[in-house]
Amino acid sequence: MTSRREFVATALATTALAAGALAVGRPRDAAARTRLMPHLQQRMDAPTRDLLMLALDTARRGGASYADVRIQRVQRSAVATRERQVLDVIDSDTIGCGIRALVDGCWGFAATPRLTNDGIQRAASEAVATAKANRIARDRPVELAPNPSHPDATWSSGFTIDPFTISVEEKTSLAIAANAAALSVPGVRFVSTQLQFVKEERNYANTDGSVIAQTLVRTYTPMSITAVSADRSEFAVRDAVVQPTGRGWESVLENNLPVNAKKWAEEAAEKLTAKSVEPGRYDLILHPSNLGLTLHESVAHPTELDRAYGYEANYAGTSFVAPPETVLGALRFGSPIMNIYGDRSQPGGCATIGYDDDGVKPDQFDIIKDGVVVDYQTTREQAMWLDWWYRKRGMPTRSHGCSYADSWSSVQFQRMPNVSIKPGARDLGWNDLIAATDRGIAIQGRGSYSIDQQRFNGQFGGALFHEVRGGKIVGQLKDVAYQFRTTDFWAALDMLGGQKSYELYATFSDGKGQPGQANAVTHGCVPTRHRQINVINTGRKA
Amino acid sequence: MSRFIDPRAPRSLLPDDVVISRTDAQRVIESVVTLSTADAVQCVIRSSRTRNVRFAANQLSTAGVVEDTTLVVMSYIGKKHSAVTTNDLSPESVERTVRKAEAIARLSPDDPEMLPLLGPQTLRDVSAAWDEETASLAAGIVTAAANTALAPARRPGSTLNVAGFLVTGADAIAIGNSAGHFAYHRGTNANYTLTVRTADGTGSGWSGEDAVAWKSLNFAAVSAQAIEKANSSRNPVAIEPGRYTVILEPQAVGDLVGLMPRYFNARSADEGRSPFAKQGGGNKLGETIVGSMVNLTSDPFDPMVLTQPFDGEGMPLTKQSWITNGTLSTMLVPRSWAARKNLVATGNPNNIVLAGGSTTREQMIASTQRGVLVTRLWYLRETDPRSMSYTGLTRDGTFLIENGKISKSIKNMRFNESPLFLLNNLEALGPVRRTASDGPGTAIMPIVKARDFNFTSLSDAV
Repeated sequence: MTSRREFVATALATTALAAGALAVGRPRDAAARTRLMPHLQQRMDAPTRDLLMLALDTARRGGASYADVRIQRVQRSAVATRERQVLDVIDSDTIGCGIRALVDGCWGFAATPRLTNDGIQRAASEAVATAKANRIARDRPVELAPNPSHPDATWSSGFTIDPFTISVEEKTSLAIAANAAALSVPGVRFVSTQLQFVKEERNYANTDGSVIAQTLVRTYTPMSITAVSADRSEFAVRDAVVQPTGRGWESVLENNLPVNAKKWAEEAAEKLTAKSVEPGRYDLILHPSNLGLTLHESVAHPTELDRAYGYEANYAGTSFVAPPETVLGALRFGSPIMNIYGDRSQPGGCATIGYDDDGVKPDQFDIIKDGVVVDYQTTREQAMWLDWWYRKRGMPTRSHGCSYADSWSSVQFQRMPNVSIKPGARDLGWNDLIAATDRGIAIQGRGSYSIDQQRFNGQFGGALFHEVRGGKIVGQLKDVAYQFRTTDFWAALDMLGGQKSYELYATFSDGKGQPGQANAVTHGCVPTRHRQINVINTGRKA
Repeated sequence: MSRFIDPRAPRSLLPDDVVISRTDAQRVIESVVTLSTADAVQCVIRSSRTRNVRFAANQLSTAGVVEDTTLVVMSYIGKKHSAVTTNDLSPESVERTVRKAEAIARLSPDDPEMLPLLGPQTLRDVSAAWDEETASLAAGIVTAAANTALAPARRPGSTLNVAGFLVTGADAIAIGNSAGHFAYHRGTNANYTLTVRTADGTGSGWSGEDAVAWKSLNFAAVSAQAIEKANSSRNPVAIEPGRYTVILEPQAVGDLVGLMPRYFNARSADEGRSPFAKQGGGNKLGETIVGSMVNLTSDPFDPMVLTQPFDGEGMPLTKQSWITNGTLSTMLVPRSWAARKNLVATGNPNNIVLAGGSTTREQMIASTQRGVLVTRLWYLRETDPRSMSYTGLTRDGTFLIENGKISKSIKNMRFNESPLFLLNNLEALGPVRRTASDGPGTAIMPIVKARDFNFTSLSDAV
């Protein structure tokens, strides 16, 4: 059988990082990089498949009625800069195996980096032993919703240039050029730019007969620009300028940091003299880059089914969208123009995947239809909890494909898919919403964000605030935060942008679970207008 | 003391080398130094094994055991440097990692602030941070502890719904370099947190404990306290948001005051982007910043703390007094800033201790005409970096105090407040305890009483 080292060698031989020299070599021509890496279509290598099968066999022999196993490699690469200086060039690579066993209706999990026969067998046995220990308090045995097996599946995310083929020089020079452009603006004293890339190779098998190999890439280039007043009595930050994405290096080139940095820097400098907001009620016009986080916290989290049933009570919290028996088809979440859907097959999404960590091919599904709650985010285990609802609606009881573990060392559980708002029927854009508003605040970029554990009371800031008077932007504001009761806020939605204004907001690190896990997720958004929302002034002097 | 240790119980089924030993870590680092062709090289090895059990909706939900060891190789060539991490410590992988770090460093631009590596340092061990038993508990022992909450909740007629988390494990860290520095530390940790909700959905109570050793956790007491809080927090009433005298239990104090350490950074202050920046230049070192009863320190050797005695760069950590009797007495000086400004570097602390006082919880309540008792805080986010202002909410046990007594359960509230203003408005300090949250680093916090805490809106969340 195969040793860990052979697996690593095999994995390396099929990736661009194989010869470290390739990855860190001189910049190559774009045409060569643009072609899709041929290895991504390749099937799983035999040594990896053998280890997966050994894990499943060991679990089954130990008494597991169902088991699944992931051998996963996660590579990360980051360049961190400030002003004219490179702080860090970081590269990491982790490989290991996580095994989940279902024994007598209870779960057990074990994870190890020891990719030898002995290491895998011990971990599988530990997963079974842990499941057996869990039997002491069980009311309802875990049942999994039906799912077809995918015996030889492959998938890769839709990137055109693998960021792991880009040289260190190309990455650092781009960041330094962006910083220099920002520093050319008077008043701007500090700037930091990072380039972060993740590549996951996920090899999965379960006792239903699925064997799945997937590769995906995610990219994020956060930038933060700080202006300081001449007498050092004030400072202002402009950040949240670029969205994370499930795409590759091509997205970095499209964002054109060295050109756009100057505009963002000017916004930071202008913020120093911005008017401090007068608290009160305003019509808010939220840009997709701001709405995304508000939607994430106030809509996407409370419609996670495990939260609704109390499974996250000790940490992330429960949900006001509960109990499902009472609210499904009945709870009015927002205005009739509010339509929310989940979709892990959305191109470019950070949560986009071919098959989830239950081996399920995700579908697109409605969560809120015409303002009313109609479904939740689910895994195979959870879909069974809503069997009664799906029967009533004449729908099959199936998982929406929301099972995810953030590493080989983490157990999979329900995580947020890409959760998005449907564009309005009219072809409106950001400027149309501003033009239609008499007295309001237009908000771009994410800022401070806080919401309670059942998602009733939220308070959100932003990165950039503009005062709107008589349908026109009249100047920058600062110290703005909007505070709301979730259902009131969404009931106050009265205008939304059309398809042309649809943009992808995303976050790289959404936390949930104990031990904590991070999920990357995208929210497709259009600009929205919410009438008469409470705005507070957060400014205070030390 | 825990009753959940059975000497006859099977140990973990995983191999006996729970975390990397000092000798093995030394061997790996020596091999990196030998292989290196860079001007200098530094390694960090991190190794851990943890076991966890989750329960919710009165049943065990997920449980698992996880182990991993990673090696970071940092290569320095001229003024260029890089860091490459792997979790494969085989000789072939170690060599590949060294070569990759060197290749990346060669292509990186110069770092004008690059510092020479630390040479040999005098380090004191924190050997009491390790408890052998805690390092390799078997599955059954940990699940049995969960029964202190599950058993009462599953009793016929119970109206409780429990969700909790137990995590126990060991970790080790080793730092070594080509300049002759070597530091090693290993520690264990056991943590139990519990949220109890009432079946009618109107009450919620939380409790938790954190310790070096599994046997120090009092599972029954944690469970009993969370159950008591859930029961007494049923049917909360709304009070008008506004400024209230508050009694914050240690967990709530840690949630807010535990956010302070990063603001002590001297560089941010000197650069004019910190609450401790001084108008016209410089920082507020030596100035009174909060009330005179405040003493805030970091100390890995404090018997309640027992954390690793060096930071991520290998700098020895000693006791640091950030605030002494209300005065900003030390600022956190990174090595790079120390080199540029001719200051003494402090190292980056991994714990925070707010000194307590002699006022008991009962005395605080008895001396309060009208106030709010807070169990813990939730979802804290910075709203204004200039004043260290945060927003967040109360959670899992919020009560009104009237005429020296807890009078009723009240609805949770959102606050907009700064730990600086809280520490400026202190009226009393009580006994300290080690907090049990998921936050970074270990925190030792007292129960406190303070005036004028700024609650800004109501929440219906239970």
